[in-house]
Amino acid sequence: MTSRLASMSSFLRERATLRRLVVAALAAACLVGPAQAQETIKLGLVAAMSGQSAKSGEAIVRGLSLAIDEINAKGGIRGQKLELVVRDDESNPAKGVVAARELVQREKVAAFFGGLDTPVSMAIVPFANQAKVPFMGVWAAGTPITRNGAPENYVFRVSAVDDLVDVALVDYAMKKYGAKKPGMMLINNPWGESNEKGLKAALGAKTLPFAGVEKFETNDIDVVPQLTRLKEAGTDVLFLVANVAPSAQVVKSLDRMGWNVPIVSHWGPSGGRFSELAGASAPKVHFIQTFSFSGNAGPKAAAVLAALKAKYPEIKSLGDVTPAVGIANAYDAMHLTAMAIALAGSTEGPKVREGFYAIDKYQGLIKTYDKPFTPANHDALTAQDYIFTYFKGEEILPLTN
Amino acid sequence: MLITAAIISGIGLGSMYGLIALGFHVTYVVSSTVNFSQGSAMMLGAVLGYTFGVRLQWPMPLAVLAALMLCGLFGLAVERMLVRPFAERGSNGWLMATVAGGIVLENATLFTFGKEPRSFPSWLAEKPVDVFGAGAYPLQLVIPLAGLGIAVVLHLVLHRTRIGKALLAVVQNPDAARLMGIDVRLAIAASYAVSTVLAGIAGLLIAPLFSVHSEMGTLFGIKAFAVAILGGLTSAWGVMLAGLAYGLIEAMATAYLGSVYTQIVAFSVVILALTAMPNGLFGRAAVNKV
Repeated sequence: MTSRLASMSSFLRERATLRRLVVAALAAACLVGPAQAQETIKLGLVAAMSGQSAKSGEAIVRGLSLAIDEINAKGGIRGQKLELVVRDDESNPAKGVVAARELVQREKVAAFFGGLDTPVSMAIVPFANQAKVPFMGVWAAGTPITRNGAPENYVFRVSAVDDLVDVALVDYAMKKYGAKKPGMMLINNPWGESNEKGLKAALGAKTLPFAGVEKFETNDIDVVPQLTRLKEAGTDVLFLVANVAPSAQVVKSLDRMGWNVPIVSHWGPSGGRFSELAGASAPKVHFIQTFSFSGNAGPKAAAVLAALKAKYPEIKSLGDVTPAVGIANAYDAMHLTAMAIALAGSTEGPKVREGFYAIDKYQGLIKTYDKPFTPANHDALTAQDYIFTYFKGEEILPLTN
Repeated sequence: MLITAAIISGIGLGSMYGLIALGFHVTYVVSSTVNFSQGSAMMLGAVLGYTFGVRLQWPMPLAVLAALMLCGLFGLAVERMLVRPFAERGSNGWLMATVAGGIVLENATLFTFGKEPRSFPSWLAEKPVDVFGAGAYPLQLVIPLAGLGIAVVLHLVLHRTRIGKALLAVVQNPDAARLMGIDVRLAIAASYAVSTVLAGIAGLLIAPLFSVHSEMGTLFGIKAFAVAILGGLTSAWGVMLAGLAYGLIEAMATAYLGSVYTQIVAFSVVILALTAMPNGLFGRAAVNKV
């Protein structure tokens, strides 16, 4: 009986050893994995491909794909072709993190791109820094996405930055409308919060008082009570920060109140069918963009638009390439990322990160980049790159100030 | 000015909550079960109305009729597939099954209807009219009238007609009702169809003030259930009045305290009210006669 017990326990011990061996072997295989040569270099995208902001995801995919086609047509990076792997985050931070993990751990992407939603990007940032894989923002403007305080920051961005946008919004409101006491209407999420801080700081720098700060929810139907508070507090210009559908609800509520206040907006309205949702008052909203094909005399704009029309036959007019920011930011970001990988001579995260710092000049769609990234600055666009625009029908047109 | 705007907003929102909450009431008084996919049924009404009336350009009355009929069919399907198999075995599985059914419908809509919110134009929501110094769309005045009208009709049908009495008999004692020649299954199925049609009406009325998309009903469904509980599930009047009260509390809290406090105040009031009156403001305690 005892011997039987002893043999059983030794068998169990052997099994435990065996299991440990298997685990060790698997771990070793995992460590070896990324070093093996891949036929293509995979790049990921985590963005809203469904839900209210789906059009933004489509625009980003178009911009990235067009740039990848150009790079692959010239032979890729040292003979390796680029491949885009797209994951839908449904504008949900938890799903975004799961998708980012999957892209890094299973698909072994060399770098990955982010989408429109600041809350999703904010959730991915700690993971990207921990996994040491470059995460390139092409839309979400939340200031702390790139300025995240990590000792080794792997997050870069070719897009607007809330703090800089807020300075531009305040400047525009003062210059265009002579604002004396603006009010804020902000979406109740981390993006709204990021801009509340930014706007207050920008107003403080100009020693301009504000009438009030009101928050509202994505699915709010009626925001008349919030707007009435701002009106009674003497708001003369309204700062608006929200995505397309809630922005439209604000415009509809203003219409109903019969309050004709100038609206200076972050770029939320550009993310979808704003004209259809907001109705006749849509053109009253002046919003910020980093790029517009309309009225653009840049050397690359015409060429890129022609290439887009060739690749996507459903693009017939300028109205079909709204929002152009998503396409343009993504297009430039992909070229810059490819340059970083080429300069790094490797797809390992830490080396690619150094590659970003090594980029010297790149003649892009939005502007000519000159040393766009340094260890102290991970944002390639500056306040000088912003333009103000409005919706005329389905088309986004630049405003001449 | 502030108070008038808040009252108009509150009554408009509140009657929308009340309309959807009436759907919870209808199934509860007949079968002691509720359909947690009410919010999705509301979305279905708006999406189908948009598809028939705006995308396919059918005449609006026909589009509305077709949308509501399909909403009714959805209610029948929910009862047959997600409630009856559980309720007849004495299981509470229908709670989760109806929630799941709503999620399935929302995702199916996402694939078929599309990802983008669309606008549902209506001549009732074009030009605002002046109401005591505050602006409102005519539709915002129609919604409370529709809600109160439906509550009155439901009350009269349930308490003054033979059919209504038969329906109420079903919940008191299904076996006795069956012996009296009442088709219990039919009665319960009918109550589900009525409940989803009510949600569909709410969806069609709300759509022009909002935008049509697959997630439009989620928050409404949750708030409407809070309203139904607050009103006391057993009273049509109570549910509708609780809806109005809830909408007014929301709008007043936003107007006088600021939007940051809206949800805290509104749900705290619900909790306090239920602590004081556990059966809701207008509900009756359930009496089990043995």
